[in-house]
Amino acid sequence: MDSFSNHDLETHAVQDLDGYRGALGGLTRRQFLKYCTGVAATLGLSSLMGIRIAEAATAAKRPPVIWLSAQECTGCTESLLRAYHPTLETLILDMISLDYHEALCSGAGHQAEAYKAKSMKENWGKFVLVVDGSIPTKDGGIYCMVAGKPILEAVKEAAEGAAAIIGIGSCASWGGVPSSDPNPTHAKPVHEVLPGKTVINIPGCPPNPYNFLSTVLYLLTFGKPPALDAKNRPKFAYGRLIHENCERRPHFDAGRFALEFGDYGHRQGFCLYKIGCKGPETHANCPTIGFGDVGEGNWPVGIGHPCFGCTEQGVGFTKPLHALAKVQTYTPPTAFPAVNAPKGEGVSPAAAAVVAGVAGLAVGAGAMALRGMDGGADSSADQHGDDR
Amino acid sequence: MDMSRRQFLRGAAGAVATAAAAPVAEAAAPFAPREPKQLPPKAIGMLYDSTQCIGCKACVAACKEANGKPVEQPQHLAQWNEGAWDTAEDISGKTLNVIRVYQNGAMAEKDREVNGYAFVKRHCLHCVDPSCISVCPVSAMQKNPVTGIVTHNPDACIGCRYCVYGCPFNVPHYQFDEPFGRIAKCQLCSHLLAENPLFSSRDNAAVAAQAGTSATALWKKSRIPACCDVCPTGASLFGWVEELQAEAERRLALKPGEMYEFPRGLLGGDRPAQAAPIGHYQPHIYGEQESGGTQVRYLTGVPHEKLGLPKLPDHSFAAVSEGMQHTLYKGLIAPVALLGGLVFLARRNAREDDERKNDEERPS
Amino acid sequence: MTAITHRPLGGHIVTKPFLILGVFVLIAAYFILRRFLFGMGDVSNMSNGYPIGTWVVLDVVIGTAFGCGGFAMALLIYIFNRKAYHPLMRPALLGGVFGYTLAGLAVMIDLGRYWNAFNLLMPWYAQPNSVIFEVALCVMAYITVLWLEFWPAFLERIPSEFKQRFGLDKLYVFLKRYMYVLVALGVLLPTMHQSSLGSVLLILGYKLSPLWNTTWLPLLYLISALAMGYGVVMLEATLVNRAFKTPSEAALFARLARVAAGLLVGFLLLRWGDLTYRGHLGLAFVGDWDGNLFLIETVLFLAPIFVLLSRRRASQRWQFLAAVCLLAAGSLYRLDSYLMAVQPGNGWTYFPSAPELLITIGVVCLEIMLYLLFIKTLPVLPGSTAESHGRPS
Repeated sequence: MDSFSNHDLETHAVQDLDGYRGALGGLTRRQFLKYCTGVAATLGLSSLMGIRIAEAATAAKRPPVIWLSAQECTGCTESLLRAYHPTLETLILDMISLDYHEALCSGAGHQAEAYKAKSMKENWGKFVLVVDGSIPTKDGGIYCMVAGKPILEAVKEAAEGAAAIIGIGSCASWGGVPSSDPNPTHAKPVHEVLPGKTVINIPGCPPNPYNFLSTVLYLLTFGKPPALDAKNRPKFAYGRLIHENCERRPHFDAGRFALEFGDYGHRQGFCLYKIGCKGPETHANCPTIGFGDVGEGNWPVGIGHPCFGCTEQGVGFTKPLHALAKVQTYTPPTAFPAVNAPKGEGVSPAAAAVVAGVAGLAVGAGAMALRGMDGGADSSADQHGDDR
Repeated sequence: MDMSRRQFLRGAAGAVATAAAAPVAEAAAPFAPREPKQLPPKAIGMLYDSTQCIGCKACVAACKEANGKPVEQPQHLAQWNEGAWDTAEDISGKTLNVIRVYQNGAMAEKDREVNGYAFVKRHCLHCVDPSCISVCPVSAMQKNPVTGIVTHNPDACIGCRYCVYGCPFNVPHYQFDEPFGRIAKCQLCSHLLAENPLFSSRDNAAVAAQAGTSATALWKKSRIPACCDVCPTGASLFGWVEELQAEAERRLALKPGEMYEFPRGLLGGDRPAQAAPIGHYQPHIYGEQESGGTQVRYLTGVPHEKLGLPKLPDHSFAAVSEGMQHTLYKGLIAPVALLGGLVFLARRNAREDDERKNDEERPS
Repeated sequence: MTAITHRPLGGHIVTKPFLILGVFVLIAAYFILRRFLFGMGDVSNMSNGYPIGTWVVLDVVIGTAFGCGGFAMALLIYIFNRKAYHPLMRPALLGGVFGYTLAGLAVMIDLGRYWNAFNLLMPWYAQPNSVIFEVALCVMAYITVLWLEFWPAFLERIPSEFKQRFGLDKLYVFLKRYMYVLVALGVLLPTMHQSSLGSVLLILGYKLSPLWNTTWLPLLYLISALAMGYGVVMLEATLVNRAFKTPSEAALFARLARVAAGLLVGFLLLRWGDLTYRGHLGLAFVGDWDGNLFLIETVLFLAPIFVLLSRRRASQRWQFLAAVCLLAAGSLYRLDSYLMAVQPGNGWTYFPSAPELLITIGVVCLEIMLYLLFIKTLPVLPGSTAESHGRPS
């Protein structure tokens, strides 16, 4: 922190990585490239892409980002603040130009609003819009007012000039807590108030910061969103069920379940399905990426709490915490025997040879016997008889 | 269509037989089938709801443990498996219970016939009128007169395997790979049930009085078959057959998708139920009539035949077979009469023979 | 003693065919040993889909039908009083003795828990509803009866002073006097268990094609057993006659042929009539596996009828061909109804393994070896009075 606060970012040649120590959150050039390559790996891209990401992240003009907060708890931002590679400050000071964020911007009140308006005007059609929280729509959206006007309008307005829109967190992605029954504010996810716009959803409560960071860096690098699933979630992060990569999966397969908190099975690390784990119906990469950068196994299921399905609409905040999940493997695992799996042994060459041999012998013997009958060709039959 | 021509014709013929020709054929049969057997007074059984099954195979693992059976793998899987995973392809001499899958097309949705998949549990159905008992020459197969559980006594068994041959569900299996193999079949965890006096007496009240508690309390703390005990969703449910039947009928009466509290483990037990939507059931409880009725019954989302549950008439083949035996051998009257006639004829003819012998008559 | 005299054939016992057969018996013995050491799965392809394999079907279900010569001839000679066939009785009986005894041996190989086999005789384990129980008891009893019926052949070979010393003379007389009881049992028991071999299949229900599965199975099995009995007598006698240049009995067989043909006609009428009545006859012509098997069977059943009812029946060659056809038809009928037309579902398939077949072949070879040994050393085959009891050079 100290080292880079002395630098004037605008005057530095960003491309000159060697002369830029400190501005990268204390990273050396080598460390920075390693980090970018790591991000590439998270995205499932080749290591060469790491270089492109590094170039994009250190481009002279940092892409502006407008972050709007609707009905939210700031959990998403808090989660983002706990990212360590890079740290949030690296992201917002070196890679992007975070021009507006209610919790993080240094200005306040009219000053902040004016800067937002200025930035949007200057960067019309080029900035990235990030929204956290759900959008209240009842009564004209008066249940979430920022700077004297409903957030609904602010979002709509910003969306018009945005190059890309990201909905971060479950609330922005599918409604989250505010949209739970009885939904007094008629809270809606961002994509529902912006019909016709592509909104990249990063659900989670809170979402894993690296899913967000990786998406942003992908956008910067390629100028387009990463591959998305049907619910517009990046496939690299939400392509698989938690159940598929869960470290407790073998216990599920073997039929070993924790039956209640603190029982033998729970202490042994058995599968949490029976106490309500929603992993089998929730798409997220939690088991592979973990939280908090403190090592493996650091995620809800890893520490013994059933997944509650925050990334999945209709599961998190909707299903009772300890209700059983609907197991949603796309296709049943191949380890199940099929109802009519072929079983039993077929014809082996040896068995066929034995059968053919016997048949041949029978026909031959029959023919031999026939030859001598009714007085014909007696001699051969006699010979045969003599043998016995 | 997956069905081969042969299967189709077989099915068509079967349908014709049951629909039209059966009464005619029965009229033409040289005997009448034996009277069907009735459900025992305190019949216990299982209700398997395929739509609730998630395929976790907890029941398979629990069954192995409760019955002391080894891990099994078919030879063609042995190379990558190396004994680590239990991958029985079907029930066998070493596997009493197995979850199998029906797969069609894209396998996109559970319990759908086309482009769907479904799970089915396979083990002994504990017939009301079992073929295995009817064919067993040494009474090794027995049906408990109180609970109706079909058990096997290996000390009596001679290993002739006619129970395997005759069972309409292909359930009893012999251990062909053992020099001293035995017949293996699900016995509804009789050894666990034996701990509860409710299952050994006809009179619940007397049992309860002796134990100094109520029958309900006894029932609630009963040990139950391992597969039902571990089933997380209540897909395998244990209980009195009559109550299970009522439960199945309740489910059938509800609208698909309606939320329902599925009991778990033991019907009438004190475990919390699991709330889930009612499945899209086939409108028939399998095992209610099949083969004269079974004590394990099935509710499924796809047609039963697709799940390896054969279409069966509502009488047991054992009744046909025994009807024949009883007609021919009732009181051994016919054989003894026949023997009498034969002895008479043979004696008369032998005597003639002796008389003729004196003439030294040569056979032509 | 009786009108018919029998004499041992004599000649060398250890001949080339005898040795060749012996090799097959040794091969079978090796695999039988393996079966007892490592279990049935080691040598056979039997599975839980097809738990009844070639050992039971070929050696017992078909083997005992081949052993029905004694039964069929006893019925004809002693019950229907056709004494003319008497010369054929003892060889037929010998065929029955080995057919059944070795079927019993095959059962002991096939039983999964053979050490418990005596449970069949324990009254507290008895299960009178079981068809198999009845078959097992009947076959056991019949094997005993067969050996008793055959016992005089042994006694006739024992030197008379020896017989007198041990009172075996009296036993011989006793057996001869009460032979009619044995004869009656020897007809009753096969009637019971051969029909029951058909009843066994009723339990299969849907697994067995309706072309075979009928409530008339017991009667069909009984008729086919009798017909095969006559067929095997014809075949046996013709072969022995050719091989050992004994007097031809072709004229005798020409009359027997009509009996066999009558049985076959009855069999086909019952079978087709029943199928038509039940409305399943269409299945025979759909061209599938079951239908084709059924048609092949029918052709094999029809062929001997035509031969045996025509003038050709006087020819030894045609008799032989007809007998082979008849036996093939009966064997195929039994093989189909027990194995080939059985579909247990669940994806099961079955074809016997080579060792499994070799055991069956070994059992058959042992049967032939013992038959040769017995006809050479014991008075089995009919011979002239002058030569009786004499050992020919």
